[in-house]
Amino acid sequence: MPSRRRRVDRQRLPIPALILAIIAIAFFALPFIGLVWRTPWRLTWEVLTDPDVRQALWLSIWCSLWATALSITFGVPLAWLLARVGFPGRGVVRALATLSMVLPPVVGGVALFFSFGRRGLFGQYLYNWFGFRLPFTTRGVIVAQTFVAMPFLVLTMEGALRQMDRRFEDAARTLGASRGYVFRRVTMPAVWPAFIAGCVLTWARALGEFGATITFAGNFPRTTQTMPLAIYLALESNPDEALVLSMVLIAVSFAVLIGLRDRWLGGSARALT
Amino acid sequence: MRRTPKLAIGAIALLGFIGASCGSDKDSAATTTTAKATTTSAKATTTSGAATTKPAGSTPAASGNITVFAAASLTESFNEIGTAFTTEHPDSKVTFSFDASSALVTQINQGAPADVFASADEANMTKLTDAGNNQGDPVVFATNKLEIIVAKGNPKGITSVADLAKSGVTFVTAAPEVPIGKYTQQVLDAAGVAVTPVSLEQNVKGIVTKVTTGEADAGIVYHTDVLAAGDQAEGVPIPDDINVIAKYPIVVTKESTNASTGTAFIDFVLSDQGQKILDAHGFSPPS
Repeated sequence: MPSRRRRVDRQRLPIPALILAIIAIAFFALPFIGLVWRTPWRLTWEVLTDPDVRQALWLSIWCSLWATALSITFGVPLAWLLARVGFPGRGVVRALATLSMVLPPVVGGVALFFSFGRRGLFGQYLYNWFGFRLPFTTRGVIVAQTFVAMPFLVLTMEGALRQMDRRFEDAARTLGASRGYVFRRVTMPAVWPAFIAGCVLTWARALGEFGATITFAGNFPRTTQTMPLAIYLALESNPDEALVLSMVLIAVSFAVLIGLRDRWLGGSARALT
Repeated sequence: MRRTPKLAIGAIALLGFIGASCGSDKDSAATTTTAKATTTSAKATTTSGAATTKPAGSTPAASGNITVFAAASLTESFNEIGTAFTTEHPDSKVTFSFDASSALVTQINQGAPADVFASADEANMTKLTDAGNNQGDPVVFATNKLEIIVAKGNPKGITSVADLAKSGVTFVTAAPEVPIGKYTQQVLDAAGVAVTPVSLEQNVKGIVTKVTTGEADAGIVYHTDVLAAGDQAEGVPIPDDINVIAKYPIVVTKESTNASTGTAFIDFVLSDQGQKILDAHGFSPPS
């Protein structure tokens, strides 16, 4: 691959556009500045060593990772189907898959509750036949998070699969590669940046999920009380704790976003140009 | 050109920090002066908090809009009281916000625009008075008792507080800051029963919903909530010796923009008419 000089962006914005852009930067930056200013930093250690807080953080990470794993397992085949196979009703399926992304999360929670709750349309059979229930369990949290987060992965992957150059895949097939081999060694590496971006978005969305979780899974420490729920409750009884917890979540999300961006998107994007 | 955006972001962040740190000094100075001012005004207006019941019609003409923040358990009764109040004072309009008393008092202390606050326990009212956000002293206008709520038909056959600990019974309560959550723990302690709930709801109506939709088998709510649930649920009484008497105080807030109408509303709640409506919904008199 010939090495290329990095193209430096040298465009100048017209002043009105620049001013609006700076206002946008301020709009995003000021809330965080306010949060950092109000956070009682001396209480950080006290809050972080609270066992309930550690439980909430651990639960959040555990459930969001599971939700991401489920989203990958089921979302990638769905994205593949939507991108490559023309079947009647494809538009409807695509709309359905992305509906939960634009839906207000609490509506998703209500929908899940009345479908998969103990007396839900489908949930009643799960409960009566197998004694299996989703609300009030950690499984329920994972289901709620997957429901709202999976569309991110499906959309990102579908876009990338459509846009990639298919001739590499065709060439591999003519050389005798099986379809599984082509997918693993040709397709996935080609859409890898989009895949990683989709995974990160999905994970972040699952981590921050609140409305569907509290409506469908309920709220109980250690089982279903994720960080966003803990912060919401702490706001009423102990605002200092809510501030510290918010900073913890921001720090965790920030660290992952920065780390992943440089390593995966920057590096492989450059390799592909 | 690559340096300029980074410089711009850095400059904005720096200005923000400088502004914020200057602001924090001014803010803390400002809050100390307002705190001093509040204590003097609270002492001056104690007269408006008298607990006498006034007959309906003796209240002065009230006008304008008021916002009443009331505990979730007051939803049905206060909606009716609001309608009766506006019928008697046609120039007035009452808007309600019903939620857990703990959530409401946090909002008021953070500056939410409420004229009147009605709490389901005295602890949350104390949070308001400690912050100096009241005008006059709070007055208890009603009391309530706790009751076990179960699904229609009582499928799990719950007859006492002890039955809540039976295996296979899904019990729901509220977060401990919420009045009903605290009261429930008091009842369970008095009965010597240890139950692990499956969820901590945001307010008492959340408990009612979980039981009426069949997701939970039982919860402990107020007697008034069992009545309000109508035929969607049933109540199992709790013996008086372990039951809790919940006291509901009400007060006008310091930041109220229409304190006279707010006071008129409280007078109405304390009047015979208001008390009759509360009684019809299952509340008990304040004493």
